Amino acid sequence: MAKTHIQFTLNGQAVETLVEPRELLIHVIREQLGQTGSHIGCETSHCGVCTVDLNGASLKSCTVLAVQANGGDVTTVEGLAQSGELHAVQEAFMQEHGLQCGFCTPGMLMRSYRFLQENPNPTEEEIRVGMSGNLCRCTGYQNIIKSIQVAAQKLQAK
Amino acid sequence: MIPGNFEYHAPTSLADALALLGQYGDEAKIIAGGHSLLPMMKLRFAEPEHLIDINGISELRGIREEGGMIKIGAMTTENQLIASEILWDKCPLIPTAAKLIADPQVRNRGTIGGDIAHGDPGNDHPAIMLALGASFVLAGPDGERTVPADGFFLGTYYTQLEEGEIMTEIQVPVPPAGSGYGFSKLKRKTGDFATAAAAVQLQLNGDSCTQINIALTNVGPCSFKASDAAAHLTGKVIDDALISEAAEKAMADCDPSEDLRGNIEYKTSMAGEMVRRAIRSALSNAKGE
Ligand SMILES: Cc1cc2nc3c(=O)[nH]c(=O)nc-3n(C[C@H](O)[C@H](O)[C@H](O)COP(=O)(O)OP(=O)(O)OC[C@H]3O[C@@H](n4cnc5c(N)ncnc54)[C@H](O)[C@@H]3O)c2cc1C
Ligand code: FES
Ligand code: FES
Repeated sequence: MAKTHIQFTLNGQAVETLVEPRELLIHVIREQLGQTGSHIGCETSHCGVCTVDLNGASLKSCTVLAVQANGGDVTTVEGLAQSGELHAVQEAFMQEHGLQCGFCTPGMLMRSYRFLQENPNPTEEEIRVGMSGNLCRCTGYQNIIKSIQVAAQKLQAK
Repeated sequence: MIPGNFEYHAPTSLADALALLGQYGDEAKIIAGGHSLLPMMKLRFAEPEHLIDINGISELRGIREEGGMIKIGAMTTENQLIASEILWDKCPLIPTAAKLIADPQVRNRGTIGGDIAHGDPGNDHPAIMLALGASFVLAGPDGERTVPADGFFLGTYYTQLEEGEIMTEIQVPVPPAGSGYGFSKLKRKTGDFATAAAAVQLQLNGDSCTQINIALTNVGPCSFKASDAAAHLTGKVIDDALISEAAEKAMADCDPSEDLRGNIEYKTSMAGEMVRRAIRSALSNAKGE
């Protein structure tokens, strides 16, 4: 199958590559562009571990074609820290033990990063709804909720 | 899991998309949000040779009110429905149901047109559209036609949409004053499809119900209207006894298939409960309670 040339912004850098139309965004980000922070879990758009930001919205990159990101702006967990300084969501997850094995964490971080821009001062209930596309097998969610509450405070204090 | 090979097309106008559909015929498929189609392609349940992406056609997005009608572009996403002030103000049944579809990430991609055109009995918008008496605008090689939701859904993955056609717009008559809506959905967990769901839109004159639509999700080969149940309530002052009788009639129309969400008896009786709840909430909504 003929390959298609695509280009987009990945974590602030212009990237370009050749892809088959059937390739999923998550595979191209991980395997061709070497950014392996975003994980692959279910591959069926249920678990949320592949969540990235495309043009200012969270999406599950296992259910989007890489060709559909052409010309777009993609942020993955590698793009959160700026000049060696962790993003508030990353600091909060670390402080509040918002992870155990860490497998779900890239998706949790990317979704909370976008969610706190959609709703900077959420209630606990709103956090649970806003994070409902992300599954965690370890934490029981309690510390994830706490981490997002702390991240919200950190971001508001800035 | 990766879909099979296909050629990708990204037209930026409806005319171009229709021309591509005409050119490739049954080898082509439209991709909207892709959140039903891509999973099916990964499993090889769908193997189109040409994929026509209509995300770049901006004329297919947006919500407006015109001549007593709410007009929703087929490519409007679930999250755009939820964010719409016009809908919360004039037709809250749609965003109320959209909030219970999938999860935030999926709702950023999934579209109302895709949810309707797919013909999946588990999708929620078909029953919403039946309850609201909506119509769909379908554009094809010979122009446009408008078909009512009532009669559009023919079976599982089977609708009146014909090869070569694209759904462009959903038209919903603005419910008049004195109307009320209810939506009740049972699911095993957040992000799951309904075990059973019911949508109700009704009209009161004083205490008497002058008009009611009751439509069901995932308890038959496609979404359907529980017409006997509705007829039983029309022209009456609805009380608890009538609600129970109507739910029995709706259950008699159910024909669910057994799966991990439950067996036939369970799903049917849950459909009855969803109907009772949706009628009650539509009544209190109409009375402004
Ligand atoms: C985890 C998960 C949970 C979900 N839960 C629910 C739920 O509870 N309720 C629910 O309703 N849905 C649910 N869905 C389905 C989701 O809402 C899909 O987005 C929707 O069914 C299809 O819309 P789409 O825009 O993604 O269409 P696509 O997947 O792109 O297309 C679906 C089909 O419709 C056709 N099509 C699409 N748009 C048009 C058009 N404008 N004209 C003609 N044909 C068209 C395509 O060719 C394809 O055959 C869920 C999905 C996932 C992944
Ligand atoms: S890998 Fe994408 S949602 Fe699970
Ligand atoms: S920390 Fe292990 S899955 Fe969430």
